[in-house]
Amino acid sequence: MATVTSDNRGLRLAARYLSLVLVSLIFLFPLVFMVVSSLKPDHQLLADTSSIRAFLPVGDISLDNYVNAFERAPIGRFMLNSVFVTVVTVTASIALCSLAAFSFVFLEWTGRNVLLSVIVATLIIPFETIAVPLLLFVSKLPWIGLEGLEIGWLNTYRVQIIPWMVDALTVFLFVQFFKDLPRELIEAARVEGASWMLIYRKIVMPLSGPVIATAAILKSLVMYNNQYLWPLIVVQDEAHRPVMVGLGYFFQLQIAWGEVMAYLTLISVPVIAFYLVLQRAFISSIASTGVKG
Amino acid sequence: MKPTKTLLGALAASTMLAGAAAAQTELTMWYHGAGNEVESRVLNTIIEDFNAGQSDWTVSVESFPQQSYNDSVVAAALAGNLPCILDIDGPVMPNWAWAGYLQPLPISEEAIDGHLESTIGRWNGEIYSVGLWDAAVALYTRQSTLDELGLRTPTLEEPWSKDEFMAALEAAKASGEYDYALDLGTAWTGEWYPYAYSPFLQSFGGDIVDRSSYTTAEGALNSDAALEFGEWWQSLFEEGYAPGTSQDPADRDNGFNEGRYAFSWNGNWAAAATLEAGVDDVVFLPAPDLGNGPIIGAGSWQFGVSSECAHPEGAAAFVEHALQDEYLAAFSDGIGLIPATREAAQMTENYADGGKLAVFFDLSSEQSLVRPVTPGYVVAAKVFEKALADIANGADVADTLDAAVDEIDRDIEANQGYGH
Repeated sequence: MATVTSDNRGLRLAARYLSLVLVSLIFLFPLVFMVVSSLKPDHQLLADTSSIRAFLPVGDISLDNYVNAFERAPIGRFMLNSVFVTVVTVTASIALCSLAAFSFVFLEWTGRNVLLSVIVATLIIPFETIAVPLLLFVSKLPWIGLEGLEIGWLNTYRVQIIPWMVDALTVFLFVQFFKDLPRELIEAARVEGASWMLIYRKIVMPLSGPVIATAAILKSLVMYNNQYLWPLIVVQDEAHRPVMVGLGYFFQLQIAWGEVMAYLTLISVPVIAFYLVLQRAFISSIASTGVKG
Repeated sequence: MKPTKTLLGALAASTMLAGAAAAQTELTMWYHGAGNEVESRVLNTIIEDFNAGQSDWTVSVESFPQQSYNDSVVAAALAGNLPCILDIDGPVMPNWAWAGYLQPLPISEEAIDGHLESTIGRWNGEIYSVGLWDAAVALYTRQSTLDELGLRTPTLEEPWSKDEFMAALEAAKASGEYDYALDLGTAWTGEWYPYAYSPFLQSFGGDIVDRSSYTTAEGALNSDAALEFGEWWQSLFEEGYAPGTSQDPADRDNGFNEGRYAFSWNGNWAAAATLEAGVDDVVFLPAPDLGNGPIIGAGSWQFGVSSECAHPEGAAAFVEHALQDEYLAAFSDGIGLIPATREAAQMTENYADGGKLAVFFDLSSEQSLVRPVTPGYVVAAKVFEKALADIANGADVADTLDAAVDEIDRDIEANQGYGH
């Protein structure tokens, strides 16, 4: 009997792993298809889509699509722009949103609950509805730079960064996390005479690794992957364009699918690398905040 | 003394050059061809020649991806950030002129003498834009297909009638040699639908809007002729002559070249790929006459002047410079489009007499009809596209066209008739 039970357990384990492998393959296939297709000429890429060859690096394999993609568009510039905008926005977002959340959770001031409700309610407003008013607004905003006073923020990095530095979801994430921190720690620090800023810097933020990781990943994905409409309407010069607008360079009348795949592979590298670096913190944050990406 | 004189001379020369450069007024220009290396190279040559050839103006260009170009221009117009010279898709021009994004292009009639009429953007009696090329659609097939099916080769003078066209499709279908008799390119959405398919409607005697007033689609898009067109259109899919709206884009690109379609309704820009694919006996047939004459679409990208441009005379000088036959020919050789003049066509490899694509110039000059010249076209085009897709998918023809008419008329009314 003991042997039979052991066999059953082994079978169950094998079945479980098999199902996990199958599920993971479903998620991996699009990535594998993208990378493999980026190595094939268009005629082969299209011919292979109807068979398993679509996922295999077989046939006429080369890096020609990558060479052509670099000739077609300034990919390095686009990636640099996107990485810069993403890093600055995410950093600023974590600093500002956590400060706002700290204020909502730990400071006593009139109307904070109402204001928090209003901020959270803005989550239901799609960006498309405010895009045009925001465009008109930023096109008239002043800025003092190295060349003195300028009017209008169009064709700059700041117009891609500043409107995105504070958002309701990130504030909400920090609020939820801060509410679960032990109040005794904060009260003890106050009794010892610590300022609110000191408590924020020395106690609250060092304990907030998981939520920082969550906020950073979610915000990064938004800034790197989903920034299309806004830069499309506020950035007209090539020097400031992000990767998603750059994708349009590859959609000519005859679409070069191999180059499209090469471009997508290249611009996916920073996102995948970023996720791999933060994945441990992200997974632990799922357990602690209950938030999934 | 000699080195001193040389130094002084160099200083004086550089000062004069700097002065000349400073005297040049910058004209900014936006173009839709980002990512198209050949197109960019030709355009940059034109700009460099213009900048070097005179001392008044210097043009600087910013290129955009075509798929997002119009959105970028509209956003810039809202923000008051338009450049001086704009690249404009022909059928969109009236809308931008009506919306105040453009001002008339102060170009002389002599400069456009001999140009294909479809390359000149006129609105409210004034020229707003001029194109360096046009595009044309033809019915692709193989000579061997015509021979095997025993079909007469139609000509510009004697195109196929509707009965001959349908008989050709039936013969191709009955042969069992092809997946489909006719590839209409339904995989291509957007502007392709009104550009490629509204000529069928016009050839039946209908239209997207009533061109006599441009204030309604009533009596045009739901006329008896339009209903007849709708029934015919639907029959192409229901009777299995053509793949439906779910056509795979890859099949659109390669189906004809691989011999899976007997006929393909496609533009001249795809001809080079067909020839490169080894379809040596490809022939480009004129549009069939479906009752009201053979018609194909017309109007491609053109240059115009934005309303924010302080120097329209400079923009016009650049456009006149760009209209030289050598540049029209260079663009044609580079990207395969039809040069705007017959003289330029003779300078090209493909469109000169006896060239592989020469027939397209004749098609463009003989059969073409521009899409409705009205600001409301941008909305009507989308309504038309949806109506045709719905009919292809089995929707009731009369109901669908009536609904389309209502939607177009509501838009015209909401915009106070678009100034007509």
